[in-house]
Amino acid sequence: MHTPWNEFVPLLWEGLLVTLEVAIYSAAAILLSAAGGLCRVSASPAVQWLAKIYIGLFRGIPLLVLLIWVYFALPFAGVELPKVAAAVLAIGLNYGAFGSEIVRSAIQAVPPGQREAAVALNFTPAQRMIHIILPQALVRMLPPFGNLLIELVKATSLIYFITLSDLTYQAMILRNNFLPSTAQIFGLLLVIYFLLSTVISTGVGWLERRLTEGRV
Amino acid sequence: MWDWHYAWSILPGLIASLGTAFSATFWGFIIACLGGLVLAGASRSRITAVRLASRGFVQFVRNTPLLVQLFFLYYSLPMVTGIAPSAFLTGIVGLGLHFSTYMSEVYRAGIDAVPKGQWEAAKALNFNGRQTWITVVLPQAIPPMIPVMGNYLIIIFKETPVLSAITLVETLLTAKNMTSASFRFFEPYTLVGILFLLICLAMSLLLRVVEIRYNRFTTGGKKESRKPAERRTNDKSANPVANREVYPG
Repeated sequence: MHTPWNEFVPLLWEGLLVTLEVAIYSAAAILLSAAGGLCRVSASPAVQWLAKIYIGLFRGIPLLVLLIWVYFALPFAGVELPKVAAAVLAIGLNYGAFGSEIVRSAIQAVPPGQREAAVALNFTPAQRMIHIILPQALVRMLPPFGNLLIELVKATSLIYFITLSDLTYQAMILRNNFLPSTAQIFGLLLVIYFLLSTVISTGVGWLERRLTEGRV
Repeated sequence: MWDWHYAWSILPGLIASLGTAFSATFWGFIIACLGGLVLAGASRSRITAVRLASRGFVQFVRNTPLLVQLFFLYYSLPMVTGIAPSAFLTGIVGLGLHFSTYMSEVYRAGIDAVPKGQWEAAKALNFNGRQTWITVVLPQAIPPMIPVMGNYLIIIFKETPVLSAITLVETLLTAKNMTSASFRFFEPYTLVGILFLLICLAMSLLLRVVEIRYNRFTTGGKKESRKPAERRTNDKSANPVANREVYPG
């Protein structure tokens, strides 16, 4: 059976661009997780509780259900979002919640002596966070955030459900056009996702080495 | 926008559909546990080829989306092999294979956390390989794994909606079918979200109870054991296996 590989390229390329677009916008969830994580270790119990509710809520709802809810149910409540915005909102909220836990545990993993030393040196709480705690927490956050980013790219395949023309969606179209090559199409798709993840983990590994240079 | 009457009328159907989700979770979890054990064993094999193959498989499956793996299993394999298993069977195998790669890391971490001296002591006592594993290593390696495995049970449950893509009529697809009959989208999808949220919360509460019970059991009622490295507390950070994996979804 002859497989028309070169016919796959244009559609998959378009799909790759959509996948990357959604993944890059959704990576803004990292900002949300920074906010969530900082609120989680806030001195104010009210702020802590708000962060707890946010994290608990969005960790308990499967991403796919959230995505479908945002895209199909929310318009009935008067909020109609374009496809990409709906995808980014759902993925961002979900991954923001998981990222918050990474930020929280990294901050809490900084030895308490560091905080005490900063207090003894009369640092304000903001100075303490910015100059002492965050730089140390950041290094600890990197490996889990690398994993999270890989999971995020994998999760973008779910936007197929709201008919966004990402890699998975284009592969389904290709499958309809070249039914006998189904195995090759999905095999190729798996390889593409694997390569994307490999690029991310290599990048994060490089960044980690850069940031931990000269540290013990 | 919210019709209570309609919501009540569809709730029993949605709850009934959870049965499929639960059984897919259960079987997926069993396959993941067994598969993970095989992969963890293979990655410690003396034969280099087996070790490399196992690691390569873990890397590849972990770094590709479950959805695409399901499509591959459901649409491609029948064309290659000529056997077409049902959506349910494909679904549990897909879930099981995907999470076996995560589970193998749990086993690996658990086994690595057993202090080296334990292996040496077993050797000094002239234990053979089987005795070492069964009487020394595994009894110490398994307890810290329990909460992490419980976590994966919840994660697998949360991934079951993806199985709707291969036409398995679980909760999400049931809701979708309801929407196409009534043209009301808000109630079914909102209810699905609430149901998943409640079940996940209940499961994680249950898991905490089990964990506390189990810790009490494994420390034999003692508050503190001799060495800090062996201390098991309810604090997850003290567990060498916990907090190693982040799996959102």
